[in-house]
Amino acid sequence: MHDTAHAHVGQHAAPTSFIRKHVFSLDHKVIGKQYYGLALAAVLIGMFLSWLMRLHLGWTNLAIPGLHLLTKNGAPGDVMTPEFYLQLMTMHATIMVFFVLTTAPFAAFGNYFLPIQVGAEDMPFPHFNMMSFWVTFVAFLVLMSSFFVSDGPTLGGWTQYAPLSAVGQVGGPGEGAGVVLWALSIAIFCVGQLLGSLNFITTTLDMRTRGMSLWRLPLSAWGWFITSVMGLTAFAVLMPACILLILDHVAGTSFFVPANTVINDQMQPHSGGSTLLWQHLFWFFGHPEVYIAIVPGMGIVSHVLITNMRKPMLSHRVLIYAMGALAVLSYMVYGHHMFVSGMNPVSSLVFSFPTLVITIPSTIVVLIWMGSLYGARLRINSASLFALGFISMFIAGGVSGFFLAQPSIDIMLHATYFVVGHFHLVMGVAAMFGIFAGTYFWFPKMYGRMMNETLGKIHFWCSFVGAYAIFMPFHYLGLAGNVRRYQAFAPEYMQHLIPLHKFITIAALFTGAAQLVFVYNLFVSRYKGEPAPDNPWQGTSLEWSTPTTPPPHNNFGDKLPVVYHDPFQYGVESSTGDYVMQTSPEKAGPHDEA
Amino acid sequence: MATTVHEPPKIESQRDSSQSHGGFNGGGQGLVPGDGRLPAVKHYSPPPASTGIWVVLASITMTFAAFTSALIVRQGSALDWRHLRLPNILYVNTLVLFASSFALEMARRRIRVIAVGLKADSGKPSRWLYAALSLGLLFVIGQYIAWAQLRAQGLYLATNPNSSFFYVLTAVHALHVLGGLGGLLRVVRKIRNSTLRKSTLDATAYYWHFMDGLWVYLLVLLWMKL
Amino acid sequence: MAKFFAITIFVIAIVSAIPILRHTWWMAEDISTHGAPIDEQMSETMAEAGISFLASQFILGYFIWKFSNPKPGDKIKTFPGGAKAMVWAAFLLVGTEVLALGLFGVKAWANVYFTPPAANAVPVEVQAGQFAFYFRYPGSDGRFGPIHPDMISEANQNFYGLDTDHDADSKDDVVTAEMAVPVNREIHLIMHSKDVGHSFFVPELRVQQDFVPGMDLSVHFTATKIGRYEIVCTQLCGLGHYNMKAYLSVLSAEDFDAWMKKEKAMQ
Repeated sequence: MHDTAHAHVGQHAAPTSFIRKHVFSLDHKVIGKQYYGLALAAVLIGMFLSWLMRLHLGWTNLAIPGLHLLTKNGAPGDVMTPEFYLQLMTMHATIMVFFVLTTAPFAAFGNYFLPIQVGAEDMPFPHFNMMSFWVTFVAFLVLMSSFFVSDGPTLGGWTQYAPLSAVGQVGGPGEGAGVVLWALSIAIFCVGQLLGSLNFITTTLDMRTRGMSLWRLPLSAWGWFITSVMGLTAFAVLMPACILLILDHVAGTSFFVPANTVINDQMQPHSGGSTLLWQHLFWFFGHPEVYIAIVPGMGIVSHVLITNMRKPMLSHRVLIYAMGALAVLSYMVYGHHMFVSGMNPVSSLVFSFPTLVITIPSTIVVLIWMGSLYGARLRINSASLFALGFISMFIAGGVSGFFLAQPSIDIMLHATYFVVGHFHLVMGVAAMFGIFAGTYFWFPKMYGRMMNETLGKIHFWCSFVGAYAIFMPFHYLGLAGNVRRYQAFAPEYMQHLIPLHKFITIAALFTGAAQLVFVYNLFVSRYKGEPAPDNPWQGTSLEWSTPTTPPPHNNFGDKLPVVYHDPFQYGVESSTGDYVMQTSPEKAGPHDEA
Repeated sequence: MATTVHEPPKIESQRDSSQSHGGFNGGGQGLVPGDGRLPAVKHYSPPPASTGIWVVLASITMTFAAFTSALIVRQGSALDWRHLRLPNILYVNTLVLFASSFALEMARRRIRVIAVGLKADSGKPSRWLYAALSLGLLFVIGQYIAWAQLRAQGLYLATNPNSSFFYVLTAVHALHVLGGLGGLLRVVRKIRNSTLRKSTLDATAYYWHFMDGLWVYLLVLLWMKL
Repeated sequence: MAKFFAITIFVIAIVSAIPILRHTWWMAEDISTHGAPIDEQMSETMAEAGISFLASQFILGYFIWKFSNPKPGDKIKTFPGGAKAMVWAAFLLVGTEVLALGLFGVKAWANVYFTPPAANAVPVEVQAGQFAFYFRYPGSDGRFGPIHPDMISEANQNFYGLDTDHDADSKDDVVTAEMAVPVNREIHLIMHSKDVGHSFFVPELRVQQDFVPGMDLSVHFTATKIGRYEIVCTQLCGLGHYNMKAYLSVLSAEDFDAWMKKEKAMQ
């Protein structure tokens, strides 16, 4: 039942003008690279902001030369004010969570490689795909523009709890236009990601080439597919929440602001709103968002590891089921962010249980990785180092989840640095390591040049040791009761923790500087790197079967590939060595489940 | 199964060329055995638009589910919930929206008749399409009249939680309807250029009917809760 | 390189564990009656999480050491138990672990939240606002006077919006900037926010509870050790968040009465 109609799906002629080629491009590969570029710009800004914050936390009265250039009144004499610290913190978190951890592993790599890995010429709705990027770009600009409004960006944290975020200017500096721009930016971002999810899901379900069953998709493709399903539901809930927040702020409605709110001795003109409503809506999105950041990383890391271990995972399907279970459970656990928020204490217990249960699929994923390492022929290169580092970080960040899943212990740890350490390791550093692994692994395919291995290894060692040096002490701080989101440590019982903060600051500056090695490597390799062969890692999935490197406009040239095998046929004896590519009709080994 | 309008289907001739470039987008579940023999497996997966539409509808459903839970939580959170009499024109609008769906369905039936090549160019599909379009536009205008009536009663967006939810829910729905109108315009344009795919037409129609269902749901919700 | 990597992982794992084992930076000493099960829960979780952390990092390091840089002839091997062993291990080890933690945790939580305050508990009201806590004691009549939000005024020092001219119950209410409680008496703390979200955290007391604007919550606790502690805000409430704190004095019964008399005289 084939027909002319959808022979055209996703097909479009190669563009000729510069603008259509590099700016408003319909090509998923260009859009993927654009997302990567956006994430790179965002991560550098986010990291820079974290440096400023860390300097301030270590040495509160330190004058940072030139700081006043960033803000109108946030840095008299180049010393950071309390509100400017909180503004930097909010922007750091928002930039990192939305514009780095969501865009890089999911939108950037997913856009570039998902269509290739399923054997398609492009995504089915290239215009939506292009819109998805540009809408996200606009969202980023809107967020950045809040640095230029009179009282600066919002200081309410990336969770933007109401009513502080909803009362408007009267709530203090940064609660005026900054909040509106923040909510607007996030609402726009949601639209972009919904468009992206639409393309990802339809690509996976409908664009697979001949012989490519769902089970034959590589694990990275599964990671993106599962993430897109999560994104579809999560962002569709965050967007209405942002709309209601904007209305409370600018139109005087009372969705989130209760009656009898008195600020500066003034009764606020609101009545009867529910502050917990915002928290419910936000965390219904917020918790799946954590998995949106990490599941693509799991897929990428699995893919990178398999290729470098020269053997398949213990079970392809169990890993996929476990990732799916994580996605489903992630919707049932969001209440653990609200244990002490005044929610019914019974609900706390109800939310605690699935939160503890979610450790089971996570453990399965980790154990499958480790069990697969057994008996491997492991190659050590920058990509595999970062993939192995991901596992180490994921474990380190994961075990602290045991604590935070329990409401009784959460009484002590809620809103402390323990939480900050937990999520930085498990969704920040681990996800970043996934991005790095993917970059070192796929850069040759994306740009036709190899990255510098020596610089890659320097980058890895500094990042690995540095990340532990920064984030392990966060847990100690949290245990000692150090509250997060403090610009300085006024309570007496926190005084003895300040030396530890100084240590963390130094570690952060060092680790951040190491990231510049990566950026340097990226740019130098882009233009001067060794030319890459078509299949530098002896991989099996479809991206290594493209006729040229980087792939041509329609990915596979004249003929779409036909798939004969499960994705990871390694450790077999074949004419090419120890692997059989998916496109090779040669008989593969015992791992060919299909 | 599916093909462009005004063009008799060339299903058989297309199948042979399907191995050539571009013929297989649309995916294939038929597994090819490892010995390299390509069996004549029938592998068909739906065109992306017909999967995509369900994805779109799912995300719209989530959005309105979020609004609904917000409404329920907000109602329970304070005693400032006031009764709000829904403007009568809403019921007229409901009929208009249904009529629009009916018109679209008539158009779709005619287009389908042409598509399978039973009758060449009989009837005027675009006339029904224009009817659907104008009725959809009329619905949005009707909604505007409803807002104007509330405004005349002194019920503004921020007056009380009921009016807030009324404006927000109806406005977000109206925005989605406007989006559907854009989709219909696209269908009209594609018919003119003879590039309409059946999957596009179906997807637009599903979306349009979904707007009816969503509207009825909202009306019942507002009627019950406000 | 791989061996170096393995050794780095070993070292990092051990170094990370040392401050935990030595309690270099640790929770403040517990001064509450309900805190013991929480602390116990914490130690058990720490033991289980610590063992999981160390064991998995060591195995990871060992496997990297063992299976990298293969010689040309080496063949891949499969883990004897296969994926099934991993799934069973996850369910049995982690499943029982989290089940146990979950069940014991319920007890510690129920201790705090599912018991009503005793009838003779001392009622204290705390009001959070940007960026200070104020405390109110009901006085001899045992009743708090009503709050008139429109009368709240920092300038007139009417932090609670009390109308002492008209409300009989308000006349003997005592409003303070510091909290004092008698030792070994149960305290029933009523929590009220006048503006945005705040939180009430006293690490020594093992109490942390958010203020929910528009909704008054209550917690109850008994302090068992005389001393002066800090109450801090843990919910981001604006630019002065870091500096929003108050003192909690746990006093002997006589000292508490004397303190109360003094505060009353200052009203």
